[in-house]
Amino acid sequence: MNRERLIVETNTTPALPRFVKLRHDKGRDRWIMLAPERILTPDAIAVEVLNLCDGDKTVGEISNQLAQTYKAPIEVIEKDVIVMLQDLADKGYLVS
Amino acid sequence: MIEAGDNNSQDLCAVAPMGLLAELTHRCPLQCPYCSNPTELERASGELSTEDWARVFKEAGELGILQTHLSGGEPTVRKDLEEILKAAVDAGIYTNLITAGVLLSRERLEGLADIGLDHVQLSVQHVDAKLADKIAGFKGGYSKKLELAKWVKELGLPLTVNSPMHRHNVEYLEEIIDFAVKLGAERLEVAHIQYYGWAFENRHTLIPTKEQVYKNADIVDEARERLKGVMSIDFVVPDYYAVRPKPCMGGWGSSFMTISPTGKVLPCHAAASIKGLEFENVNDRHLRDIWLHSSAFNKYRGTDYLPEPCKSCEFKEVDFGGCRCQAFMFTGEATNTDPACSKSSYHKELLEIAERESKLEPKPFLYRKFTKQTQPAE
Repeated sequence: MNRERLIVETNTTPALPRFVKLRHDKGRDRWIMLAPERILTPDAIAVEVLNLCDGDKTVGEISNQLAQTYKAPIEVIEKDVIVMLQDLADKGYLVS
Repeated sequence: MIEAGDNNSQDLCAVAPMGLLAELTHRCPLQCPYCSNPTELERASGELSTEDWARVFKEAGELGILQTHLSGGEPTVRKDLEEILKAAVDAGIYTNLITAGVLLSRERLEGLADIGLDHVQLSVQHVDAKLADKIAGFKGGYSKKLELAKWVKELGLPLTVNSPMHRHNVEYLEEIIDFAVKLGAERLEVAHIQYYGWAFENRHTLIPTKEQVYKNADIVDEARERLKGVMSIDFVVPDYYAVRPKPCMGGWGSSFMTISPTGKVLPCHAAASIKGLEFENVNDRHLRDIWLHSSAFNKYRGTDYLPEPCKSCEFKEVDFGGCRCQAFMFTGEATNTDPACSKSSYHKELLEIAERESKLEPKPFLYRKFTKQTQPAE
């Protein structure tokens, strides 16, 4: 039963584990991530990334999609996406 | 003070609670001498019904509660746990089962997972079976817990191992960390117990030395780095060795509530220890109205009531003067600065007590029971 640290790279196919729930908090009109003993409030960009993390698309594909939407260089976008997802992985909130 | 209009949802949500500790019962097969339940336990005959809890969770969801801890006592003692869980799930609330793990069958756990249970928190008193059972006052408990942990993982549920730390397991932290990793836990809680209620009664035999606690902190630092992305670790030092007080409940009546087995609504699970507070019951009033208007919640809300040294303190909005229960217990006045704070005039005394008692010969535990009595140590 030994898990290993997930290292997020271009070809990683990220997804949220079953115990982390991303949902809209209607009363407070914001997005939240529910995890054991934690409530995270991801910003709008993070929510957009997380909604693309379906365990199927790669980090490269997700970054490409965002680069087109925001008309920004993919290198810049992918760097930011990896930093954000690695942080989540290190908290135990991301699987591949 | 809160003056949100009851029917104005925008105003309400700005001040709505996010977490709910549901103490479904105070019955428990274990008798841990540091149990966080009040020393005056509530009896089964007065417990809320299935329908009461179902209504409470519906009201909680509407109020803005996002997470609930189904706790006790031992929540699986309740035969209607399934129906209560379903009410919480239906209300869109993230559900965490806090269990001792000695009463659950695999079939029942599977049923709970099917209903939508999100997470299981299992208490593990020690890594040594004999010592674990002695601390819990329950023979054979340790092996049942191991079995439960295995089922939790087999069913794909996330697991937190909760090992409250004290003098009788403080030297085993590294083993506890390894043990939790082997069980496949995503999360380990190794909070040192705080000395209220039952733990206060047993402080002389439970409190570790300052050196032991500081060594724990180093071990946790190293393990967190090593286990990054594998298992997260929550560690808390006992208030007696702290310099700054903890922001108890993130501020009184700001984001959290507890409901006792008989339906009393409390700002924190220990709040009944403060004499003179009056708690309202879920059977008398809508949860939202209790949250907004109950005198027990409004009494220490915000920071306006705080006297010096809190009044002019730069950390006032960071820690809210610490814990009201501890302030009451030590100073006789709940509005005072928590003695865990180095600015409290009682702080020196707190540390002296800890240093003295941590070096005393351990005495027999006063086990948690419906009627207090001492059990001889084996």
